[in-house]
Amino acid sequence: MSDLDFIATNRFGLGARAGELGQAAGDPKGWLAQQVKGTRSSPAAISALPNSAAVFRVYEESRQQQQESKRAVAADPEEVKKKFMAVRKAVAPIYLDQVAARYETAVKSTESFRERLVHFWSNHFAVSADKPQVAALAATLENEAVRPHLASSFGDMLLAVESHPAMILYLDNQASIGSDSIAAKRFERRAAANGRKVGINENLAREILELHTLGVNGGYTQADVTAFARVLTGWSIGSDRGPMAAGEVGKFLFRENAHEPGAQTVLGKRYSEAGEEQARTVLRDLAKHPATATHIATKLARHFIADDPPPDAVTRLAKVFRDSSGQLTEVHQALIELDPAWRPEFIKYKTPHEFVVSTLRSVDLVPAKPQQVFASFQLLGQRPFTPGSPAGWPDTAAQWDGPDALLKRIEWASQFGERVGAKVKPLEVAAASLGQSLSDRTRTAISRAASAAQGVALLLASPEFMRR
Amino acid sequence: MSFPLIRSRASRRDVLQMLALGAAASALPRFAVADADTDARFVLVILRGALDGLAAVPAYGDAGYAAQRGQLAIASLDHRLDGMFALNPAFDNLHARYQAKELLVLHAVASPYRERSHFDGQDLLENGTANPLGKRDGWLNRVLPALPYRTRRSEQVAVALAQNVPLVLRGDERVGSWAPSQLPAADSDTLDRLADLYSTDPVLSNRLQSALSANEMAGGGGMNGGSRDPLGQLDAIAAAAGRLLAPADGSRIAVIELNGWDTHANQGADNGQLFNRLQALDRGLETLRTSLGPAWSRTAIMVVTEFGRTVAVNGTRGTDHGTATCSLLLGGAVAGGRVVADWPGLSKPALYQGRDLQPTTDLRSVFKGVLTAHLHAKETDLNQRVFPESGSAKALGGLIRA
Repeated sequence: MSDLDFIATNRFGLGARAGELGQAAGDPKGWLAQQVKGTRSSPAAISALPNSAAVFRVYEESRQQQQESKRAVAADPEEVKKKFMAVRKAVAPIYLDQVAARYETAVKSTESFRERLVHFWSNHFAVSADKPQVAALAATLENEAVRPHLASSFGDMLLAVESHPAMILYLDNQASIGSDSIAAKRFERRAAANGRKVGINENLAREILELHTLGVNGGYTQADVTAFARVLTGWSIGSDRGPMAAGEVGKFLFRENAHEPGAQTVLGKRYSEAGEEQARTVLRDLAKHPATATHIATKLARHFIADDPPPDAVTRLAKVFRDSSGQLTEVHQALIELDPAWRPEFIKYKTPHEFVVSTLRSVDLVPAKPQQVFASFQLLGQRPFTPGSPAGWPDTAAQWDGPDALLKRIEWASQFGERVGAKVKPLEVAAASLGQSLSDRTRTAISRAASAAQGVALLLASPEFMRR
Repeated sequence: MSFPLIRSRASRRDVLQMLALGAAASALPRFAVADADTDARFVLVILRGALDGLAAVPAYGDAGYAAQRGQLAIASLDHRLDGMFALNPAFDNLHARYQAKELLVLHAVASPYRERSHFDGQDLLENGTANPLGKRDGWLNRVLPALPYRTRRSEQVAVALAQNVPLVLRGDERVGSWAPSQLPAADSDTLDRLADLYSTDPVLSNRLQSALSANEMAGGGGMNGGSRDPLGQLDAIAAAAGRLLAPADGSRIAVIELNGWDTHANQGADNGQLFNRLQALDRGLETLRTSLGPAWSRTAIMVVTEFGRTVAVNGTRGTDHGTATCSLLLGGAVAGGRVVADWPGLSKPALYQGRDLQPTTDLRSVFKGVLTAHLHAKETDLNQRVFPESGSAKALGGLIRA
């Protein structure tokens, strides 16, 4: 059973740092509320990273070089594979720096509820670094489109995300071309000659409807997906190469000549706007749609209350979402006010991400090398920014509490104990991280541990540290 | 309380046996004698992301194939199966299995799902209903009590080759799980103390026991997993699956999942992105065959995906979400060397909603055919508990050698 200070710092926050339980104890709701109000400047570690356009240029330049030498080595598959790996290598250090900056920020943050919300929204609008073009862009979406909009409206965040280069590339929209567009007509003859055709790609339209806004049962049809995909044609990225040279390299570019001309009907409403504004109008309408309010409310309630969220809580959050036109500060504030979010049972099983972050916060440790930060998440099955699908990482215990996953956590906790055992007192870490929520059984087990290292391992693998 | 039996140099097998001694269920013998009823092995391979069935198994003999597929039509047809179908050129090993009559190819198959969301499609494929939220557990878990494993605990029978158990195997019956680890094994004394600490927490306690049991059987440490590409791990996973399934007292049912089949852009045809993945799949299945040893003759492996992809190429040299696709059934127990398809054709009017391969065989019929003939499940159990409201999908006969 858990106390209010534990819930504020662990269920809402990312795990208590030393001294934090005391700060939250007097007025836990107030302690959380001040974290979600207003804007913040970007954390120092994150400001130091290259932006999405710079990352895109690194990738494109490396790819260009490899393509030139690829032609030289003919079609030897091993050589081609090596070239491909070389492109990955060009962006890998950027990716690792981004991971290190993300987790340094998470470990050091004194506003970890706010930080958890950044992770939540970033995962809601998931892009996966498994895709080579997106490998080092995934983090920039979180930092450029999510983080600055935490106190904006949902609609503003949605527009920022869908026009971000990472999302456009991840869901292939840069090459989705309206069949009656100027570009299609121009390429038609050439394309026909080599058996190609130009046309739309439904990917972005479908995932916006299914995952980002209405939800899968939100009342749209295949015809809505196709029409919305036509609306989105032209949402692309600037480039300085070949026939696509236009705009600023690596920045959002609306390509009028790829856009399907004319009005489209989405969810029964006719959109006759010209150009880029057509998709913006659809997105603004989707952001205000009641199905979107329910979809978002359900996901938030699942994250903060229970895998099967209570319907009353979902209804309440959805109402606040609708009444405030999706003002995120009000929605986040409403979460704090929900009684079921303060139930004393340990109701959520930590994901590997949450497990590692709360561990690092408990001993205030940020590994010195980016590779070391990355390794823990990789070993436990949640490599940062690689959910592998646009649905993002799952948020229910069933997907994380497998037997082998538990054994890996124990193995990791043992390793971690070996590493920090000489420097910390396990019972003190337990008290500072879990407070009154530390069970007698776990306290006894830690106090009887054969070594400090083992004590740390037992704390981290204890039932109350595995959950929030 | 602490277990006196184990000290720090004990092996995992000792820990495992110690834990088993502590559990009430251990009154059952650990080494059950294999008999014909319980000797069959079943492996379900789930390809997540929607495999393009017309790339994996091109219908080259259909007049609409080359026309509709355009640049994605497979041109190298060395692996012809008959006058209509061929295997993708990546499937060298699978083609050899076909010639040995150990591979059965199913085409134009689909689950009852008719929308195009990956996530709902996968949920429905795995929960065994006609609705993504129809059940919270998986059909391969619900079938376990209906199988003739009288002397064995469920976690000895079924194992997920993944850190976490996929939906198809989740449910009331305990199952094992195993994935390659790059971490050194935890000290057995620590495991001993945790087993004690978890004794009032049934969830963690069960998970730990299952994990140690699977780890022991799979061969534990020494595996180098954690490769960046999930298919890169397939060899390690397939080899471990074989080791788990082969022994007389080993597992009988395993689930493997592989991501990365969502080829919206630059899919490739005779080579390229999808070819490379199919080749890795072909090699992984061959590793599994080798690792099974003599048990291969009693094995059926089924390869499935949530749905297929559009027949036509999209604007980015890939394919969008579709409906029907192919499925593979292979193993020494399979009555192979045939293609089973009620082929709907690829002409424009024959397509589902004018864009997808029309489904003509319900995947549940195939599942039922395998579960009854191979694992000796009763069709009444399948129709009621395992695949509720699936009466229209009758078990497909003749899939397994008599």
